Amino acid sequence: MAENKFYGDSATREMRQVAEDLGIQTVWDRELLQQPHCGFGLLGICCKNCNMGPCRIDPFNPNGPKLGVCGADADVIAARNLLRHITAGSACHNDHGRELTKAFKLAAQGKAPGYQITDESKLKVLAQEYGVKVEGRSLQDIAVDLADRIFAEYGQQEGELVLIQRAPKKTKEMWRKLGIMPRGIDREVVEALARTNMGVDNDYRSLMRHGMRVALSDGWGGSMIATELTDILFRSPRPLDSRANLGVLKYDQVNILVHGHVPVLSDMIAQAASDPELIKLAKAKGASGITVAGVCCTALEVLIRRGVPVAGNFLQQELALITGVVEMLIVDLQCVMPSLPNIAGNFHTKVISTSPRAHFPGSEYVEFKEEQGYEIAKKLIRAAIENYPNRNQEKIHIPKAVETLVSGFTTEYIFEMLGGKTLSTYKPLNDGVAMGRIRGVVGVVGCDNPKMQSGETHIKLIKELLKNDVLVVQTGCAATACGKEGLLTPETAFKYCGKGLQEICEAVGCPPILHMGPCVDNSRILTACCEIVGAGGLGVGLDELPVAGVAPEWMSEKAIAIGWYFVASGALVVFGQPYPVYGSKNMTNYVTKEVEELTGGKWAFEIDPLKMAKIIIEHLDSKRKTLNLKPMMYQ
Amino acid sequence: MKKLYYDAKKCTACKTCEIVCAIGHSPSKDLYTAILEDNAALPSVRVYAGQDENYPMACRHCKDHPCVSACIASALRYDPKEGLLFDKEKCVGCWMCIMVCPYGAVRPDFRDSKSVRCDLCADIKDPRCAKNCPTKAIIYVEEKAINV
Repeated sequence: MAENKFYGDSATREMRQVAEDLGIQTVWDRELLQQPHCGFGLLGICCKNCNMGPCRIDPFNPNGPKLGVCGADADVIAARNLLRHITAGSACHNDHGRELTKAFKLAAQGKAPGYQITDESKLKVLAQEYGVKVEGRSLQDIAVDLADRIFAEYGQQEGELVLIQRAPKKTKEMWRKLGIMPRGIDREVVEALARTNMGVDNDYRSLMRHGMRVALSDGWGGSMIATELTDILFRSPRPLDSRANLGVLKYDQVNILVHGHVPVLSDMIAQAASDPELIKLAKAKGASGITVAGVCCTALEVLIRRGVPVAGNFLQQELALITGVVEMLIVDLQCVMPSLPNIAGNFHTKVISTSPRAHFPGSEYVEFKEEQGYEIAKKLIRAAIENYPNRNQEKIHIPKAVETLVSGFTTEYIFEMLGGKTLSTYKPLNDGVAMGRIRGVVGVVGCDNPKMQSGETHIKLIKELLKNDVLVVQTGCAATACGKEGLLTPETAFKYCGKGLQEICEAVGCPPILHMGPCVDNSRILTACCEIVGAGGLGVGLDELPVAGVAPEWMSEKAIAIGWYFVASGALVVFGQPYPVYGSKNMTNYVTKEVEELTGGKWAFEIDPLKMAKIIIEHLDSKRKTLNLKPMMYQ
Repeated sequence: MKKLYYDAKKCTACKTCEIVCAIGHSPSKDLYTAILEDNAALPSVRVYAGQDENYPMACRHCKDHPCVSACIASALRYDPKEGLLFDKEKCVGCWMCIMVCPYGAVRPDFRDSKSVRCDLCADIKDPRCAKNCPTKAIIYVEEKAINV
């Protein structure tokens, strides 16, 4: 009998047993049924891009097929497949940015009464970057012009993106020289699909160069736009306390879960839940109040701005429903398992889908429109309250597990954190790195995956990094994994950190793991890296920094896109399991070695968390050596 | 004796059996490293395309075994409980077994001039092709359990 590499936190283990007792199939059961995963798929050497196939390259037989019917070899097939993965991932983030731009414009025009411009200074900075006149104009006028400029950038055919100009000069020159500077946002995605059609681009290096251009249009385009506009619309995050894990659900309250990615919906639900009229209605139905909690990245959007608790990360979405106390699950898009309506059918839980892009058979569809955002949110919450008395008391099981966490660190807040309000600067961080108290900065990000020892991979890796004086920044479900283990607190500095990092955390008063938000906010890590370069002393290009990114349990195509925009920007990126590329020796060599000669970044694949940490630490040390920094202070 | 049986109606030609066979007989026993080994094993099971159906095919371990009689090097032996036993060291690569096999289930490995045949995964006594077949087109059962 096959087995998962299951580990899971205590609440997950507890709820998996409940699911089994109730005879409900979850993601881990389905993963078992899918084993063995297809070897051709894992190696990236199957192609179904035309109807002469599907074709497969035989990885073992010397006399087996080495070319597809069209003549494509393993290199071309793996490269085309990988480019399509990058493109799908980037398309998600770019479309997310488009949604935010739409809501932002409607808000500026006064057509979406629930939304306001809450961060004026950020609006003005962004408007100036986009060349919008700011002086003597109303915020609304500035915002409408800015939204139009951003929309135009999606359709732009030539030139360069605006926000990518934030990158250091050396890095931009490198992109121009390689011909991978993105020219527009939608253009790169469309061109990628055209290039990967049968008989178009047949050079794996050329396909991968375009892959980097697509990824850059995401990280420095769609994702960064999403982050900036979300801050302007819903306030820029500042550190706050909250809680994570299934224990945030309450037995005596109306529980509403928001799940997906775009905060245009989730933030409105969080706002409306404190409406006195609705709280009164909840009490009339016998509940003591309303709890809004989140799953996946939309949870982190409302966490970092409103302190809304996180019920769980990606793998816990089904388990949250199996508690039997969720009155309503409201989803938008991305990472929402198609299994949810079926599982909800075992309970009283209503599943509401809201995005015209994402339909879920078995759910109730209530299209979310920004113009009536608050009204729709209230209507949904009212229906959730009405559903409260329908709970089946025999099918209720809420795990106790819940941990506190600190979240909400942004590129801008780090200025204040390090330098105080009067002397905004990244200098103390750079000094800490240069003097050998901090070895480097590593982003531990990404999903959780039933193919890995879910949760444990993150915890083991992060503890090892902290022990070696690595400052960790986090986003996405990887951050929630650490939050559930209580690692996102200032106390972590004293429990797990090396002496150098501990001293910095004490002096600055910050935790050693900075939670920066959802996965779309990986763009914050890019801008923070720009600020580090700007503060001086650690090189002049992003590729020189002692930094790395790692997604130990990645599962989504979005993770591949994110990884590639970091590699294209000059960073080492480590994935747990490899993406499908090992079937081509040339492609494997390209992504793990050759690309470093182009951008300074490269990929590594390693499943074991301690070996992952070793790869990262050796990389940071080699960058430190090149920069001629002092040896680590407490080695 | 337990044998491998194939239900051609269920075979989708995904070739998972070929992949897991090669991995299982390679030194590292790991997909990502096996494909890089110089001496990576050839799969002893292969999926053939029929008119309307696909046929996974490996040594049938026949009671009537013309390959044993044809082997000039005494590399093949038949045991009623274990099936066909192959002493690879003795094989001289004359390919007579391949010529006489009624199923075409034996293949040559030109790298070392030895024949390649199914050993029913003797190392784990549980053929990997049957264990990993996603549609259960390959089953491993007692001969008498099958109505032929």
